[in-house]
Amino acid sequence: MNRSFVARNPSVLIFLALLALFTLGVTILSEGFGVGMISTSFVKTLGKTLCLCLVAVAMDLIWGYAGILSLGHFAFFGLGGYMIGMWLMYERTRLIVVDALAQGSMPPTPQEVVDGIGNQIFGVVGSSEFPAVWAFADSLTLQLALVVLVPGLLALVFGWLAFRSRVTGVYLSILTQAMTLALALYLFQNDSGLRGNNGLSGLQNLPGVTASQDVVSMWFFWGSALALGLGYLLAAWVVSGKFGSVIRGIRDNEARVRFLGYSVEAYKLALFTLTACIAGIAGALYYPQAGIINPAEIAPIASIYLAVWVAIGGRGRLYGAVIGAAVVSLLSSWFTGGQAPDIPLGFYTVKWVDWWLVLLGLSFVGVTLFAPQGIGGLVDLISDRLRPDRHGADLGPDQGSLREKEARK
Amino acid sequence: MTFLKSTVTGTLVAASLGTAAMADEHTIKVGVLHSLSGTMAISETTLKDTMLMLVEQQNAKGGLLGKQLEAVVVDPASDWPLFAEKARELLTVHEVDVMFGNWTSVSRKSVLPVIEELNGLLFYPVQYEGEESSKNVFYTGAAPNQQAIPATDYFLEELGVEKFALLGTDYVYPRTTNNILESYLADKGIASEDIFVNYTPFGHSDWSKIVADVVALGADGKKVGVISTINGDANIGFYKELAAAGISADDIPVVAFSVGEEELSGLDTSNLVGHLAAWNYFMSADSPENAEFIETWHAFIGNEDRVTNDPMEAHYIGFNMWAAAVEAAGTTDVDAVRSAMYGLEFPNLTGGTAVMGVNHHLSKPVLIGEIQADGQFDIISETDPVPGDAWTDFLPESAVLESDWKDLGCGMYNTETKTCVQILSNY
Amino acid sequence: MCPLRSIADCIPMIRVIAATLALLLTSLSASAQDTNGAIQQVLQEHSVAILKSSRTTIGPAIDAVADSGLPQAQAVLQAWSDRNMWVRAADGLFFRATEAEGGYSLTDFDTGETVGVFGSDALDQIKPNSGIRALIGTALVQFQLKDPNPRRRQDALTSISRNPDPALLKPLRNSIEMETDPNLKAQKLRQERLLTIGYDEDPDARVQAMADMSGDLSVDVRAALNPLVATRRAVVKGAAQGEVPAGTNVARILTPGSDALPKVEAYDMLVAADLAPPRVTDAAIRTALEANIAEGRVGDVAVQQLGTDAARRAAYIALADAGTVPPFISEEAVQETLDGFTFYDAYADPSPQITDAANDALNAIRLKVGLNQAADLTLDALSLASIYFLAAIGLAITFGVMGVINMAHGEFIMMGAYTGYVVQQIIPNHTLSIIVAIPLAFAVTFAAGVAMERLVIRWLYNRPLETLLATFGISIALQQLAKNIFGTQARPLTAPAWLDGAMTLNDVVSISYIRIAIFFLALFFLAVFLFIMKRTRLGLETRAVTQNPRMAASMGINPGRVNMLTFGLGSGIAGVAGVAIGLFAKVTSEMGSDYIVQSFMTVVVGGVGNIWGTLAGAAMIGFLQKGIEWGNPSNTLAAQTYMIIFIIIFIQFRPRGIIALKGRAAGD
Repeated sequence: MNRSFVARNPSVLIFLALLALFTLGVTILSEGFGVGMISTSFVKTLGKTLCLCLVAVAMDLIWGYAGILSLGHFAFFGLGGYMIGMWLMYERTRLIVVDALAQGSMPPTPQEVVDGIGNQIFGVVGSSEFPAVWAFADSLTLQLALVVLVPGLLALVFGWLAFRSRVTGVYLSILTQAMTLALALYLFQNDSGLRGNNGLSGLQNLPGVTASQDVVSMWFFWGSALALGLGYLLAAWVVSGKFGSVIRGIRDNEARVRFLGYSVEAYKLALFTLTACIAGIAGALYYPQAGIINPAEIAPIASIYLAVWVAIGGRGRLYGAVIGAAVVSLLSSWFTGGQAPDIPLGFYTVKWVDWWLVLLGLSFVGVTLFAPQGIGGLVDLISDRLRPDRHGADLGPDQGSLREKEARK
Repeated sequence: MTFLKSTVTGTLVAASLGTAAMADEHTIKVGVLHSLSGTMAISETTLKDTMLMLVEQQNAKGGLLGKQLEAVVVDPASDWPLFAEKARELLTVHEVDVMFGNWTSVSRKSVLPVIEELNGLLFYPVQYEGEESSKNVFYTGAAPNQQAIPATDYFLEELGVEKFALLGTDYVYPRTTNNILESYLADKGIASEDIFVNYTPFGHSDWSKIVADVVALGADGKKVGVISTINGDANIGFYKELAAAGISADDIPVVAFSVGEEELSGLDTSNLVGHLAAWNYFMSADSPENAEFIETWHAFIGNEDRVTNDPMEAHYIGFNMWAAAVEAAGTTDVDAVRSAMYGLEFPNLTGGTAVMGVNHHLSKPVLIGEIQADGQFDIISETDPVPGDAWTDFLPESAVLESDWKDLGCGMYNTETKTCVQILSNY
Repeated sequence: MCPLRSIADCIPMIRVIAATLALLLTSLSASAQDTNGAIQQVLQEHSVAILKSSRTTIGPAIDAVADSGLPQAQAVLQAWSDRNMWVRAADGLFFRATEAEGGYSLTDFDTGETVGVFGSDALDQIKPNSGIRALIGTALVQFQLKDPNPRRRQDALTSISRNPDPALLKPLRNSIEMETDPNLKAQKLRQERLLTIGYDEDPDARVQAMADMSGDLSVDVRAALNPLVATRRAVVKGAAQGEVPAGTNVARILTPGSDALPKVEAYDMLVAADLAPPRVTDAAIRTALEANIAEGRVGDVAVQQLGTDAARRAAYIALADAGTVPPFISEEAVQETLDGFTFYDAYADPSPQITDAANDALNAIRLKVGLNQAADLTLDALSLASIYFLAAIGLAITFGVMGVINMAHGEFIMMGAYTGYVVQQIIPNHTLSIIVAIPLAFAVTFAAGVAMERLVIRWLYNRPLETLLATFGISIALQQLAKNIFGTQARPLTAPAWLDGAMTLNDVVSISYIRIAIFFLALFFLAVFLFIMKRTRLGLETRAVTQNPRMAASMGINPGRVNMLTFGLGSGIAGVAGVAIGLFAKVTSEMGSDYIVQSFMTVVVGGVGNIWGTLAGAAMIGFLQKGIEWGNPSNTLAAQTYMIIFIIIFIQFRPRGIIALKGRAAGD
């Protein structure tokens, strides 16, 4: 089985090998473990990009393979970040509070410790009570479980409601967008107990770890690379078997699959929940590297960008999603970082800080219109895949992706 | 794919290496960490320009310690996590000696762990909610006791307000400020049912019901006043609705903490004449320093219509104090400069002098201005200089805390238990 | 030069110097003071207070001028209040100043003669704040009530209504007789009734006045009545009700532990009144124990064992038993203490006759106020619904009828608003500029819509999800373009003067004219939509093309042209909506994204493909949001959150919206 899986998916091995090579290269060049040619802030950027690639793989599963354009996957990503952030913040603050109270004349009561932590965490947002959502924040194991459980449960409930009432297509997209907007607005409120607009900060400092950020950033980089590798493997395995065939069948013609006797809703729900869990894990790895998570991260626009990455990279192929996320997010930070040279036109100087978004928006229109297969389509030129000549007839679900069999030359 | 990936990373590595290699021994680097794109660009771009102007001025005077200053501008794009990343980049890749930057509280909280880890130095120029003290940050904007408390006093004593509507945008600055004010008003004998609090989202535009609620507060015969911590764009809808409802400043005065000359330029102010704002600086301040500052600013930016505002003055004072501290210390070493900062004096643009305290806050006068039809403020009240207070005296948990980086070496010193709660700041 | 703050400090000093100089230089023995006119002398006597300009200290100065009996008193107060009183820095004398060539022309208050023109650096303006102006206004009332100028009389009435004062009752009554203006007379009579309620000496007259005004739901009536029924909480020793001091007008007796008076609060009252020892809190226990640590032990307990509240309490009680610290107060002891006292609320006014009448009047008003508040809320909801409808009506065409997901719809709204702004820069007249801006905004966005349809959307008609993404790309590009052109700063779009202000039914129900205008604009576009769709050839063709493009094409309809025009129409309406939204809110590059999600939800909730559905959707969202806001007035953000959650759940149960298309039109 295993051999045939790899044989059927040569791209998996190539991808994993490249990822390993890349990780090794960065490690050698890093400040923490190597020659110091790559600055720690750039290592963090790369680590974060790997997490974005992972969530893009999840997005590709749900959109490229199942045809469900979810505009809410960053909500799951953010929730994962919040869950790990709660423990990081609680534990770091607890160590500080216990240290401070230990200087007192008598041992602190448990209540004094909790009050002290509450005051430290919520004092900046004008409160000191511990909200109920922090009930498990003192336990790393439980919060790690919640990283998967909370996004998974939200996706399960939301998906069950939506798929059950046969909300499909653009309606589902708008609904998922409404979900992420509602979640963002909810978290924006101070009353939600997660520090409102400020969110959770100082997440890069691991409690009880004295190692410098040069080292910690590498740990997270490795973690992210590992997660991406495993996530990619899982995704490839999911789409390669019978499950994958049914999923693609749903994408191409939902009604036909239903009439064949498959429980379309159950398949969609399972995939939706699985991708939400993957997104949660990616978020849990991303935010400790970013250092802060707040509700602005899960605004609807973030999820739309996720779709943009996948579309530019190429839907319906996992490596396409990875390429899209990596290329667009790194280019984005390069252009907006002020490193791209300005273009003087004589009468007007094009500053990329101002014009990058215009370029991105237009290139996005261009990709949709002229290159629906995205950057990943370039691979087809190298490998033996060609677009079959169907004399202008429709191809694939929404004319974007290739049916594998047809595409073999 | 291999090709693409390696090219991209290659370019980026080269870019980061290239900038690192440019580091020059013969200049003093000043990092400017203000958003030039995104939602906060509207406010922060002006501050970036202010910094460039100040650096240019200093260089014209011969620089510092015989070296020229070089401004390193980065764009954190109103993206809070990016602030932390850019701060790290400034400190480790560009190796700046000092940073001037940030506007929102959340961006400052994002940067704090980084500058404390790498022992950087940040000057933060905006009025904020207090309840924080970092060894590595100098707060040149107003703490609540330099803006909110004097304005509330003004309401109580000068306008005889007996009932308060605290309207704010739902984020940390209004939340904390309103908390402090609620507790302060309770001390002043205002019953809790005479305080109405409302929080609205960023950019809120539908104000009719809230304005109606405020008018209805007057039903028990007490004078109503509004203390507004409404942020940014939302003010436009709020003031338009206020004007439409025909509420004059004599009936229900509104004092705003986040509305300055810049914000008023998006509004027709003829209906708002008489409403108030509290700041440490107004462009209309009548002093020779201010006239010179405005003139230099207009010349630098090349536009006579550009206004000046309070955070610009904060950068002006902060930068000049830092320059004086560097001269005094004879080095740009963070700890030496920090020690040299305490007790430094520099003239305010509004007259008088600002003094840097051991808690990293300035002592500045508080001004209250009435909005005029031309979008400027008429200064109607000015207090004696008030020293900024990192930990408010009006919340029980904070009243016992004190910040003294000079003698105690602690930003969060509990005066009751005589212990230092923590050396790092709370973020 | 004097720094601003210290005008008050430096002017007297300058005056002293000036006076000394005058003494030295002139042989006149009379000081400058004596040559001043009578009112100037009054002002000079209080010059410190006037220059300090603080409400807390200004009272005597205003009274002195008002009670001086001098004919100029009114003019001085008037000038002072209008910020026309200036002080000459050289000698500290006060003048009325009017702007003149080269500075200010000064007029002597006493003689009315012009003293000359001075530059502004030789003068300082006295700027009374609004608190002081109110005091001056009250002092002016007695002069103004009989002033021949009706505007002054109006000022007086405004001052009375802002600051009702017992002393004003008499002059007000005296002035009613001579009032000729019917409007002012009605106001005077009304103010007289209100002052009577509050301050007349005869209780019967007050009760009568309350009866006269009952049923009037104005804020000022309630403001007159409410202070009368305001209560003060008090406590008296003794458990029986009879313990309340005689002559107290008791509102109610309170039981500690009830909702109105929790036990903690009751006990705190006793502590504050020194009637009971303070509670021993956990913090107090800690402090007491710390004070009694000796050799690592507190009493018999080792310090290390004091890590729980129970252990600390036990140690404290041991200390208390030894008499070292005040005794611990248990819950039983608290209850016992509370039983020994009577708590009550008392009215400030000792006469039950007055308070009963005021309560009756307020009860009569309360129901009316409640009903009117409901009406006001309904108006607000209607207005919000019309704004949502206006923002969504363009989408109802492009998305509802044509099925095109246009994420750049919000940017069309923004383009319309910016068009309005640009027009206003060119045509300064606000009325004319709006009249020009509305068709122009329609034209601009129509053109943009047609261009977008031709260039992008028509290639994607059977790929709806990709339309969504492509239009999103256009949306971010347009947003950034707007930022590059207009900057991130909000731009002013000012409504014409005749749309200023609000239609006020009474003090509770009012709605601004601009919202009424938006409401009618929404209705107008509803009519336009219905007309075009049901009565014109374009509408017929649009419906045909939407239902079956191929068949429509074979009937001789050009689907490309129809799609282009329909899309242009939807975009054009969005542009006009942008002008309207910009008028009442703000014009920024991000304003479109505020409305896009809401607009889509309006259309989806209402039911795609049916304009009445969009109307129903907008109405539901508007009313729902206002309803939630009403239930939770302190948190508008929560209202928006719960509204969206409600919509998500609603769509689960009615996936096709409120008004679902049936049969063949539903497609699928």
